[in-house]
Parts: sequence; C-alpha cells; structure tokens
Amino acid sequence: MKGKFLMNLLLTFIWVALTGAFALINYVFGFVLSFLIMWISDRNNQKTKYYSIVPQLISFIFFFIYELFKANLQVAWEVITPKNKMKPGIVKVPLTVTSDFEITLLANLITLTPGTLSLDISGDKKVLYVHAMYIHDRDAFIEGIKNGFEKRILDLTR
Amino acid sequence: MNDIIIIVLSTLGTLLIFLAAVGIVKMPDLYLRISVTTKAVTLGVGLILASSAVYFNEAGVVSRVIAIILFIFLTAPIGAHMIGRASYFRGIGLWKKSVIDDLKGMYEKSTHTLKSDDKEDEIFDQ
Repeated sequence: MKGKFLMNLLLTFIWVALTGAFALINYVFGFVLSFLIMWISDRNNQKTKYYSIVPQLISFIFFFIYELFKANLQVAWEVITPKNKMKPGIVKVPLTVTSDFEITLLANLITLTPGTLSLDISGDKKVLYVHAMYIHDRDAFIEGIKNGFEKRILDLTR
Repeated sequence: MNDIIIIVLSTLGTLLIFLAAVGIVKMPDLYLRISVTTKAVTLGVGLILASSAVYFNEAGVVSRVIAIILFIFLTAPIGAHMIGRASYFRGIGLWKKSVIDDLKGMYEKSTHTLKSDDKEDEIFDQ
C-alpha cells in the first residue's frame, strides 16, 4: 500500500520532469496517468486495496462537498422563511466504527452536514449523541447516518 | 472569467455568514443556534478564502488557503461539541417543541461520565 503510493508519486515526478511543465495541473495529470498505468500493469490477480481506495477517497471528498452545500441551503432556507417547521431533538446513534480516528471523522462530518450536530460520545465509545433539526422518524434518521457517512468511512478505513 | 468566479464566490460566502448572523437571532434555542452557525460559517469562510485564492492566483496563497480551510473543517465541529456539551451540563434546556431527548439523565452528575444505555451500571452506584 505505502509502496504503491510511493511508486505512484515517483512515476508522477518522472512524468513532470520529462514533460518539463511544472504546473499543478500537470502533476495531477501525471498522477492519474501513472495510477492507470500501475493499475493495468499490476499482474497480481487479487488487486491490492490501493486501486480501490484512491477513487473512493476522491468520491468521498465530492460527496462531502455536496452534503455541505445541501446543509447550508437547508439552513439558509430555514432562516429566511418566517415559519418554523423544525422538529429538533437529541437522538442516540449506535456506532459500528471503533477506532478514535474513525469516530472523530464521523463526528466532524455529522456536525458539518444537514441540520445535525454531534453533541457528545459515551464513555465506552459505543453511542454518539446527535442533535438534529428535523426528526420525522427516529429509526429512519439513524438509518440515514449509518448508511451514509458511516458506511463510507468504513469502506475507506477497512 | 476570473472576475465572475471571484464575484460569485465572495458574494455567496458573505451571504452565508449574514444568514448565520440572522440565524443566531431567529433560532429558538442554543443547540439550534450552534447548529446554524457552525455550518454556515464554515462554508462561508471557505468560499471567501477560495475567492481570495482565485484573485491572487499564486501557489503560496493557494496552499495557505487550502491549509486554513482544512483547519477550519477540523476545529469548528470540536468547538461546537464543547459548547453544546458544556451547556447541557449547565442544564440549558431544549426548545419546547423538541421531539426527542435521548441525552436526558445519561450524564453522571458528579463525574460527567456519559453512559451508553439506560441500564444501571454498578460502577456508578458506589
């Protein structure tokens, strides 16, 4: 995994040096190109995790930006319309993620996205208490977090 | 072309921060206020910084902008978490139209430990 990444970087620098254009866009292009070349030329039958994790990471970043914009539009709409249709409350969300890094990532993502705010985590790290703006159905809300962010984080880190 | 991008980004950013300020006045309780401000301000500051990166168009400025955005994304939720937690200890209640409060009675008063379920834990009873 680490070796593959270093190999990818090395090929990128070779590409940039050979083409002689030291612009950011050329680094990106070189990275994509060497990634494809490595993916094609790897003879290992069960492909290593590295080839699936890079596209996943990129799609995760775009998913996050999309959710962030959605959250802001929702909040902006709630602020400018005179009527309050909010149904706020604190929900207990059971966690599948275990390590500190995964929990931190999940809690940060929850705070930055639609109407939700992670308040606290229980002492034994099994449950996250989330404050949400719109709770129409408690189980559906928990399902949404578990199938959205948590699943993606698990895909990335395991 | 660059001018248009700068105009759009900085206008959106300022609008979001303005809406967050309105939200502080309008929202009915503290938790909703935190919820509004963290989100809108994070994206608002991010967009204004991005517009400045487009304006200067230098590697040094762009890399600094990316670093600042990353740090805001890391620290803003932590600030929100700490303020929310501290206010719950102080007993600041939820809005009267709130639907659920799972956190009620979960904190151990003296130690501030948070339990994960309703079952009585032997350690806390001593």
